[in-house]
Amino acid sequence: MKVTEAFRVALDALRANRLRSALTMLGVIIGVAAVVILVAIGNGAKREVEAQVEGLGSNIIIVVPGKFEFGSAPSVSRLTLADVDLLGRVVGDRRRVAVTIASGETVSVGSRKVFATVNGVNENVPNVFDRAVARGEYLTGTDVDTRRRVAVLGSSVARDVFGDVDPLGRQVSIAGVRFRVIGVFVRVGSTFGVDRDSEVHIPVTAAQRLFGVDRIDGLAVKAPTADDVEPLQKRLVSALQDKYTGEEFSAVTQTQILGTIGRILGLLTLVLSAIAAISLLVGGVGVSNIMLVSVRERTREIGLRKALGARSRDILLQFLIEAVLLCVVGGLIGIGLGVGSSLLVSAVSPLPAVVAWWSPALAFGVSAAVGIFFGVAPARRAGRLDPVVALRTE
Amino acid sequence: MTGPAVEARDVSRSYRLDGVSVHALRGVTLRIDQGDYLAIVGPSGSGKSTLMHLLGCLDRPSAGSLLLGGRDVAALTDGELAQLRNQTIGFVFQSFQLLSRTSALDNVALPLVYRGVRRAERRARSAAALAAVGLAHRLGHRPSQLSGGEQQRVAIARALVGDPRVLLADEPTGNLDSQSGADVMDLLGRLNSERGVAVVLVTHDPSIAARARRRIHVRDGLIERDDADTPGDATSAADAPA
Ligand SMILES: Nc1ncnc2c1ncn2[C@@H]1O[C@H](COP(=O)(O)OP(=O)(O)O)[C@@H](O)[C@H]1O
Ligand SMILES: [Mg+2]
Repeated sequence: MKVTEAFRVALDALRANRLRSALTMLGVIIGVAAVVILVAIGNGAKREVEAQVEGLGSNIIIVVPGKFEFGSAPSVSRLTLADVDLLGRVVGDRRRVAVTIASGETVSVGSRKVFATVNGVNENVPNVFDRAVARGEYLTGTDVDTRRRVAVLGSSVARDVFGDVDPLGRQVSIAGVRFRVIGVFVRVGSTFGVDRDSEVHIPVTAAQRLFGVDRIDGLAVKAPTADDVEPLQKRLVSALQDKYTGEEFSAVTQTQILGTIGRILGLLTLVLSAIAAISLLVGGVGVSNIMLVSVRERTREIGLRKALGARSRDILLQFLIEAVLLCVVGGLIGIGLGVGSSLLVSAVSPLPAVVAWWSPALAFGVSAAVGIFFGVAPARRAGRLDPVVALRTE
Repeated sequence: MTGPAVEARDVSRSYRLDGVSVHALRGVTLRIDQGDYLAIVGPSGSGKSTLMHLLGCLDRPSAGSLLLGGRDVAALTDGELAQLRNQTIGFVFQSFQLLSRTSALDNVALPLVYRGVRRAERRARSAAALAAVGLAHRLGHRPSQLSGGEQQRVAIARALVGDPRVLLADEPTGNLDSQSGADVMDLLGRLNSERGVAVVLVTHDPSIAARARRRIHVRDGLIERDDADTPGDATSAADAPA
């Protein structure tokens, strides 16, 4: 018997049992859809974070006290503003060194309040990071030196506390202290539902007094070219370690951050898809189960086909194709559902879901493999049935 | 064309059931020639069906040899046996054995599917076979939409669509009323006389056995008696009242 013929017979059998076929496919549909969606979410998260890190600017080196590790609490900082000059000498240009000290504070105008990240920074931030001011100006060296109470607002902070009023030149209260708004940042949007425009920059000197500290959290250095990043990284750390003997410092590059994020999200995606793969496996077992039932139910049919000249491999092929069809059709529906849901998720939820081109291909391949793997046992059983015994079955 | 279509030489068939051997056939020698019309009769459990399954190459003998068209089936693989069965044997079963969700036409076409005949030709030949059994107007009907007699005629059409040399029928009228049974018997008789198909039918009904030209009496897995009509008797036996 030709494969096309076996295909037609298998299709007829599936069509004859529509409801059962649909229910059997459901397991595969859910499994495949889950794989596609979860991979899309993991993939989208990775891209989003990568875009964000890359969007910071280029050739940036972040210098922080202690060992740099994701998830570990930041070490107690001994860095001070004086280190800007130290690192400035290492880079050869003080303007390439930005500082930060951050705290969550209430920002208010009259009765309108918003909670935002308040960053104490120096005037070099625009030299290091790609963070453009939409209106007004960024703070200057003089603002920092004279501890002037001026603020540059993120676009959502400006909108939340000022509404439609132009904030430039107006007073805003940060942690109960009045600051004058001198600029508003360009909108950057949100990542994973976290608003990245909920931010306020004030001079680091003013921030230290506001937060009651004399340290800084960390520094950021912009290397002149990409080739300078690696050597500079080492020199920055050794300069700090020479000054603070016995202390540890880390200088991480964007590439390293991207690598770490990639690994973490890659692992996350892997774990999620492994969980989804389990449901695919369960779906496969369901297919196998139904095929076994089907073989038993159709014992007489198998006996008859054999009596009329079907060889064992014709019967095997027929049942194998049935199992594979269930899985492949289920897989295709699952892919459709998965891609559709991914689009829906990225449209209505903060999770960025980007369907990886390889995940539907993989899901399809896996569902076909599941069909073959779980179809073989029932199909072999069908193929081996003795026609006489099968025909005698009631 | 003459010469043996199927030949059984001292064939036995035993089954093992819970460690005990059941001897369904205990040394049967039988030769069926081209164009024979033969009835296998005997009480229930005597081994008639077992013998028929062996003659139809659905099963292999435990001992002895079985020759189909001169070839010993023991030398054939299961696949070759299936092919040989497909080309030389037509089966009719007591319980019709039609595929329930399949039209009469597609049921009849089934043996041709396993012969690799193209779809268009399959349909044409199946329609012709259905016409030959008087069911030209029932091509698209499913078994459940047909009477018992019609179903058995579909089964006969399926048995003859591949132009077999031997048609094996196991109690073909067992599930039919007397009128339908008579129709089926007439049909089998015509196939034998007009097409020269050797017909072997299993029955325990003496009046049906009487229509055959030769009767094999089986008892306890052995041939007890093998009586053939003399050529002159053939017509009178066939005309015997049902
Ligand atoms: N698959 C089997 N396993 C065990 N015993 C069987 C099997 N098939 C037939 N038999 C036994 O073989 C004997 C002959 O059976 P069968 O050929 O069906 O008889 P008949 O068709 O004449 O009624 C019976 O005793 C039956 O129980
Ligand atoms: Mg019987």
